[in-house]
Amino acid sequence: MSEFLQFFFSGITVGAVYALVALGFIIIYNSSGVVNFAQGEFVMLGGMSTVFIHALGAPLFAAALAAILITAAVGVALNKLAIEPARGASVVALIIITIGASIFLRGVAQIVFDKKIHRFPSFSGDAPFEIGGATILPQSLWIIGGALAVFFALYLFFTRTLTGKAVLATANNKLAARLVGINTNFVMTLSFALSAAIGALAGVLVTPVTLTSYDVGIALALKGFAAAILGGMGSPFGALVGGLLVGLIEAMTAGYISSEYKEAVAFLVILVVLFVMPHGIFGRTKLDRV
Amino acid sequence: MRLTSIVKTASLIMATTALGAMALPAMADIKIGSSLSQTGPASFLGDPEAKTLTMLVDELNAAGGINGEKIELVMYDDAADANKARTFATRMVEDDEVVAVIGGSTTGTTMAMIPVFEEAGIPFISLAGAVVIIDPVKKWVFKTPHTDLMACGKIYEDLKKRGLTKVGLISGTGGFGQSMHEQCLSIAGDYGIDIVADETYGPKDADMTPQLTKIGATEGLQAVVNPGFGQGPAIVTRNFAQLNIGVPLYQSHGVASKSFIDLAGEAAEGVRLPASALLVADLLPDSDPQKAVVVGYRDAYEAATGSDVSTFGGHAYDAFKILVAAIERAGSDDPAAIRDEIEKTSGFMGTAGVVNMSATDHLGLDLTAFRMLEIRDGDWTIVAD
Amino acid sequence: MARLSPRAATLIALAAIALLAPLLFPSSFYYRIGALIFINGLSVIGLVILVGFAGQVSLGHAGFAGIGAYTCALAPVHVGLHPALAMVLGAAISAVVAWLVGRPILRLSGHFLAVATLGFGILVYMVLNNESWLTGGPDGIAVADIGLRDLLRDYDIKVTASQLWYWLGAAALLVGAFLALNLQNSPTGRALRSLHDSEVAARTIGIDVARMKLTAFVVSAVYTSVAGSMLAMMNRFVTPDIAGFMHSVELLTMTVLGGAGAVFGGFVGASILTALPQLLTVFEEYENLLLGVIMMLVMIFLREGLVPSIARRLRRGGSK
Repeated sequence: MSEFLQFFFSGITVGAVYALVALGFIIIYNSSGVVNFAQGEFVMLGGMSTVFIHALGAPLFAAALAAILITAAVGVALNKLAIEPARGASVVALIIITIGASIFLRGVAQIVFDKKIHRFPSFSGDAPFEIGGATILPQSLWIIGGALAVFFALYLFFTRTLTGKAVLATANNKLAARLVGINTNFVMTLSFALSAAIGALAGVLVTPVTLTSYDVGIALALKGFAAAILGGMGSPFGALVGGLLVGLIEAMTAGYISSEYKEAVAFLVILVVLFVMPHGIFGRTKLDRV
Repeated sequence: MRLTSIVKTASLIMATTALGAMALPAMADIKIGSSLSQTGPASFLGDPEAKTLTMLVDELNAAGGINGEKIELVMYDDAADANKARTFATRMVEDDEVVAVIGGSTTGTTMAMIPVFEEAGIPFISLAGAVVIIDPVKKWVFKTPHTDLMACGKIYEDLKKRGLTKVGLISGTGGFGQSMHEQCLSIAGDYGIDIVADETYGPKDADMTPQLTKIGATEGLQAVVNPGFGQGPAIVTRNFAQLNIGVPLYQSHGVASKSFIDLAGEAAEGVRLPASALLVADLLPDSDPQKAVVVGYRDAYEAATGSDVSTFGGHAYDAFKILVAAIERAGSDDPAAIRDEIEKTSGFMGTAGVVNMSATDHLGLDLTAFRMLEIRDGDWTIVAD
Repeated sequence: MARLSPRAATLIALAAIALLAPLLFPSSFYYRIGALIFINGLSVIGLVILVGFAGQVSLGHAGFAGIGAYTCALAPVHVGLHPALAMVLGAAISAVVAWLVGRPILRLSGHFLAVATLGFGILVYMVLNNESWLTGGPDGIAVADIGLRDLLRDYDIKVTASQLWYWLGAAALLVGAFLALNLQNSPTGRALRSLHDSEVAARTIGIDVARMKLTAFVVSAVYTSVAGSMLAMMNRFVTPDIAGFMHSVELLTMTVLGGAGAVFGGFVGASILTALPQLLTVFEEYENLLLGVIMMLVMIFLREGLVPSIARRLRRGGSK
């Protein structure tokens, strides 16, 4: 039992990381239809900027805040310089643009920062809590709490605020949104800023546990992408559940079956789910307009 | 119309290719080639290696070069991609016309390059770990780091001394981890070691508590060994402390740099690993013949780069010094003469220990220069033999 | 001058490039780059059929290159097959795997298809990486020599490995281009291209959409598998990276960069992305940064790909 609990703790911690990346994915996808493969680089930028600003003497909290703002600015720049000018390009072209952006950001990071692995202290120390014979780190609670907080904030934002509803309207039908007076360009910029900030927040939260370096982004992006797809690539709820599921599947596979193939099992489950539900667990079937 | 546009495009491509050829630097006296993994998953190997080579070449040229001739270093970044490394190997041989090559940060890139140098007859000193590089012996191939087989042997020796025989393995699935994992399994019997648990983790994994929980629950467990490098071992060490497994933890020579202690933090207390004397330069008694070499390299490297020394840069140091001495003795830049002199290297004191090469041993190191270190109070200490 | 068909023009241009380029080579190293361009070009022609003709995305095609390469590495050792025959076996295995995998996943569209193919590629990579008792693991495995150079040496013809593979690669590329161009102009090719424009429209005029997509997927898998085999035989060494995500991305980028709609565009894309890293080495640590910028710029400003965009500009300039 304590073993199961330990696997469970590991699964939801890692799953919360994936969920944070997935939440970032769906915000951009919802507003622009772009799958942003540079999402993992936002996480990297959040962690690495915090490390380096902290090393300059800024308190950890201030460094983290600055890192999130910087990353949000990078997100806005990505939208203005690469995504907006490419409006109307095909799905493949957009995939390549964002992959190009991710290679570019990694290239910049290796020069501006360095190629070493970094870490900064946990927010509340490293003494683990013991629950039912299993242990969990305080930082894990920060990560899980962060994922839940971002999810609720997004939920409120999309359902209770006018701006949030404008984002949803743009996602549903860009032309119609523009006709009712929504500034869709602003909505796009906002969602890139928001998504980058969430990515950076994820980077800040996970670095004490998973460590960071200039090239951590790509693996996180792939997992977050898979989680978002699993959850239906639409609602924040789907992204949260998708992320937690992928994390739990990996941990349980490593614990009970084979640690070698834990990622394989995660992707197998995604394939099977897609065969049965081609639009993910919480996805809607869209009708093609002819 | 269409045809002309195609032809125009084609000539454009050819022009670009030709232009690239002209952009290459002009000739120099003695050309040494190098393909290292400066970026990509093995950049923490390639980066210090490349910095070390650049530093040593500048140093040597400032001092007048070899027998009055300057060295030109042709360096490429293969990003740990075997296909790229293979292309650069061909480029160094056929285009740059180098007389010797240092490099191959990883076993994969090294193995991909070997056929090129074997066929062209260019001496090649690899900086990668696995034993397959020099066993069986290949005419033109040498290497400087201790093998993974030796690391396992060193760890098992220490375990035996402590009376521990039931060992759990947690290995990275990267090249280094898998190769060392195999070597550790293959010689466990020779040391009377029982592998009671055997788990793995991916190179980018964020949490290894499930695997460690399983290992920790194994009956009779007395020690855990973690073959792997990069961020994995630091996370394993932290998870190991979190779960409070309560047996000794051994890391490999793949984590032998100060940053491992910083990353693992307090969890690193009591962790042991085999490593070269480079990490404990100051702790060596003045009578130790290796002291001057390791202190000299460490100080020079830290002054030139501003970052902490690692054993990986040390491998490049050893390779370069062995090569330069061989070129000096050969008195020419003929690759075959250089190869013969590298093979005759004897009594060379490097960061990894004393090197005595021969026709049957293209590594030339034994276990004596490999030290067992333990981390105490956030620093390395030498475990008394 | 009699007007050449685009098909003949493409083949003549490819053959002319292959024959004439060596005249400009400053050293025999450039044969290696040429060989890599031809072999990558072969993969990319396969993807032109899938992406350009049929309008489907694959982020896991390197998986087929992995199957082709490792069949060449393993079949000679374990089954005693000659590497060249192992290439055929690898292509057959890839075709069967593509058929089995393609049937369910090609029902998906857009990003869902992308993630499904991505998952497939990762599964192949993991098997190659983890089953080291068979595949040699991440450190890779040696591939037997095909023995062609020894054969030529008996006739007193001495060629370097790079030169041999330059000509073999050129031959393979021409055959691959010929077959793809024929497919393009066949009824199947026209049906494929109708998918690209609108699946719904294609369905209403009676095209079996599922079967067409599957055909394109299987054919493209065979192309990539053969290219993977050739790469393995040329290098005489292969690591699991050949099936990795970054290799899939590389192949897809080559396809789209030059212009996915036509075979020649694919070849141009392969040429540029293969030669570019060699040119960028002079920029040392700025290499990756520049590669990313170039990928973005081409896709933003020449979004149909280089060849169609430039061709249109030339045409517009010419008619003035």
